Order: sequence, then C-alpha cells, then structure tokens
Amino acid sequence: MKKLINTPESVLDDALAGIAAAHPELTVDRENRVIHRADAPRPGKVTLISGGGSGHEPLHGGFVGPGMLDAACPGEVFTSPVPDQLLAAVRATDGGAGVVFVVKNYTGDVMNFSLAAELAAEEGIEVRTVLVNDDVAVEDSTFTAGRRGTGATVVVEKVAGALAERGAKAAEVASVGERAVAASRSFAVALTAATVPAAGRPGFDLPEDEIEVGVGIHGEPGRRRAPLRPARELVAEVVDTILADHTLSAGDEVIALVNGLGATPLLELYIVYGEVAARLAERGLTIARNLVGNYVTSLDMAGFSLTLTKADPELLELWDAPVHTAALRRG
Amino acid sequence: MRNDLDRELALAWLRTAAAAVERQHEELTALDAAIGDGDHGSNLRRGFAAVVAAVDALDADATPGTVLGKAGSTLISKVGGASGPLYGSALRVAGAALPAPTADLTALAEALRAGLGAVQKLGGAAVGDKTMIDAFEPAVAALERAAFDGFTLREASALAAEAAEAGARATIPLQARKGRASYLGPRSVGHQDPGATSTALLFRALAEAVTA
Repeated sequence: MKKLINTPESVLDDALAGIAAAHPELTVDRENRVIHRADAPRPGKVTLISGGGSGHEPLHGGFVGPGMLDAACPGEVFTSPVPDQLLAAVRATDGGAGVVFVVKNYTGDVMNFSLAAELAAEEGIEVRTVLVNDDVAVEDSTFTAGRRGTGATVVVEKVAGALAERGAKAAEVASVGERAVAASRSFAVALTAATVPAAGRPGFDLPEDEIEVGVGIHGEPGRRRAPLRPARELVAEVVDTILADHTLSAGDEVIALVNGLGATPLLELYIVYGEVAARLAERGLTIARNLVGNYVTSLDMAGFSLTLTKADPELLELWDAPVHTAALRRG
Repeated sequence: MRNDLDRELALAWLRTAAAAVERQHEELTALDAAIGDGDHGSNLRRGFAAVVAAVDALDADATPGTVLGKAGSTLISKVGGASGPLYGSALRVAGAALPAPTADLTALAEALRAGLGAVQKLGGAAVGDKTMIDAFEPAVAALERAAFDGFTLREASALAAEAAEAGARATIPLQARKGRASYLGPRSVGHQDPGATSTALLFRALAEAVTA
C-alpha cells in the first residue's frame, strides 16, 4: 500500500483537520466528526443531513454549503457514521423546521441513521429519511439487501438542497428527494480495486486485462468479471444496462453524471462522456445537464459510474439553482 | 470455576473477547475483504478497545447486566457499519435482561436469546442468510439445551462455542442474502462469513473466560 497518510488509524481525523484548514466557510467539529455550514442553525430552514463511510470524497463533506447539505457525517473508511455523530449533526444544524436525512442503501447506514432518527425523535426533532438506491447492478429482491445507493446521491442532495434553501417544508424536501431517486439509475465498471488503509491491500485482485462489471463504491467485487474492452464497448454495455431498467423513452431528457471512482483521469472520463452522449443520442435521448468528474469515489478505485436521472422542469430548475460547496459551485 | 454469570465474569468475558479480536482482527478483515469491504476486523478492534475502557470505568457494584449493557452502547457509539448496531443491540438487550447481581445458566441463555432477537429484528436476517445469525442462533440453542439438561456453565459455554464455530463454517457454501456480501450474489459462495466468524469468536471468549 502506497498512500499519503500518517497512520491507517488516523486517516479520518487527519483528513478532517485538512478540511477544516482548507474551508473556513465550514465548521468542522472534529470531536463529533461533523462537517456543517458555519451559519447553522438557520431558523425556519429544513436541515438536510447526509453521511456515510469515508473514502467517497467529495461525497458528503464536499457538498456541505448553501444550496446543498447543512451537515455531513463521515464515518470510518467505508463504514457508516454512528448514531451519536448523526445526532450531533442534527443538534448543530436543526433550525426548528425539521430534518431530512439522505441515506445510501447499505445495511449499516440504514441501521445507524434509523437509530439516530429515533434518538432525535426523543428530543422532539422530526426526521424524515430519503433512501437512495439507484444501482441497477444489484437485483432488488428479497434475496439481497436491496439496491445500493451510489451516484444518484449527488443528484438527490442537489435538488433537495435547492428546495430546502427556498424554504420548503420537510415533507416537500423529502418528497423531491424521493422523486429524484425514483428518476435515477446508475451502473459502474471498475478497472482496479480500492485499497482500504486499515486493510493495506486491494479489496480484490484483478488481472491487467480484466475488469469488474457492476461494482459498488465500497471496494467489494462486482457482479461479474469481464475482459477489458475499448471505452465505446464498455459504455455501450453500461448505457444499455441502465436503459433496460429505466423508464426512459425517445424524446426524454436526462441529467447525466459521468463519475470517476477515484483513480481515473478526467481525460478518460471525457472519453466516456463522449461515448455516453453518442449512445444516448442513438436512442433519441437528450442530455439536458451533465456532470463529469470525481463526485462519488471509492478511494483509489479506477473506473467510472454512469447515473442517468430522467429530467423534468422542476428537477432541472432545482439542479440549476445556485450552490456554493467545496466540490460544486455555481450561480 | 463459576457456575453463574457475575460482574467479574462479564468483565472477563469482554476482556477475553477484546484480546481475541486484537489477535484475530487481520483474519476477520481478510474474510471481509473476500465478500465485503475489508474492515470488519479493524472496526471490531476499535470497538472492543473502547468497550474495555468503558466497562473498566464502571462502579464496583455494577451488575453483569450493566456491564453487558455498557459494552453494547459503547459498540453502537464507536463502531458504525452494521456490526456496531447489531452487536451493540445484542449486548444491550441481553444486559437489560440480567438485572440481578448473578445470573444462572438459564437466565444467561434467556438473555442471549433476547439479544439474538434484537439482532434479528434490526437486521431482518434468518439462519441460512450467511450472517452472524448462522453462528449466534446455534450457540444460543446449545446454551438452552445445556441449561435444560442441567449442564454446568463451563460445559454449556464450551458447547455454545463449538456450535457457533460449526455455524460459522457452515456459512462457507451459502449465498449471502443480507448485508454487503449479498451484492455479490453467487460470488459470495465459498467464503466464510466474517460476521458469523466474529460471533463464534465471542462465544469462544465466553467459554475461555468461564474456564479461566
């Protein structure tokens, strides 16, 4: 393992120290491991809180700021935050208008957020939860823990954050988040495995000429192994897999997120984006908005994920609304 | 040798468990890397180190239930992931069922049955899903049988440890239906479940603490 760390045990604490130093517009509570807006709490504004294992940067801390999240709780690497941490985030940011949790569908995240919601309720704070489960690589059945939450998390945080910023009620903020989840599908391909610092070695071994198809964001292997092929062929499989599961038809518009998994250069991500745009055009679909870059990563995993969100006027307007965070800024 | 669970034995159990986790964290992490994300050992190691510090700070008049309950709430607040809430709830609920200064084998088995129920409620898993339940359920059943048959705590805890270990080994051919390993589908077959393995380790720690 070759990483820019001090010790495997101090990765999260040392990163939080760096985030605090880099972003004076954020408050970093290093003891409770909460990153929140410096101007929180804001009376009357619904509070949007997310969190999850570290290693997915800029998710979630990079999306804290006006127009997106009020607070983010980073857990240990690839491990969900704990209820105490989430409760500290609620207390630090609650402005009396209610709290909406954005939770990626992983067993540990779901349990810890749900315990935190119970604790908050005991303090008289109403919490709603938006569960993100966009990964079509996982069969959504009683034989799995359900679909994983991946790239769509960024879309959900953006549109729900924009609506919360406008003073919407908690039920409306949660509802638009759920609508964005329902409109989104994702699929990912890995060229290399991630190395968790505490483990010290890659999560799986992959020969030079093979890839993992249908990976998540936690370093676990995907649904199958396949030979490496040109980007055009890989993108064709990814797009077709998503479309087979999506309710998109010719003439529809989408928000397309071509997301790097951590170790893939932008040069390659743009090659992927070009192929995505061409493939979607062949199917009569238009990309109304896009993001190309590293947004929901998996440490040093090479590869990409594609998220397609079916667009409508409301989602587009919220997508375009001003946002001022470390990782996403416009307006 | 003891035939009841008292405060000292509860403390000894947790310290033995922490030492076992410390010794075997790399093995647990390797099992987790095969079908999960490779942090089970390091997460439990962090959690049990905090557990030992927390229970050592308890008053001398603490009941075994208080000790286990404190261990549970510490795991919930330190571990994260799924194993924090699952092990944490198991110990908290088991602890709440042990209010007296000492508990006999029957009471211990009942308390651990309640703890198992908390895990099943939280995780929704059953035997055969390739989770910690595959070790936990047979271990509790062994304790119950041993209590019914009038065995000593020493004999019962040894039988429970063996049952948990057999249950953990039996997860190897299974396909995971819960937790992160379930995302792998058929690819999860052929690997021992890390959660069932750590559960077996905790029951072995009980047997060792009773014998010591």
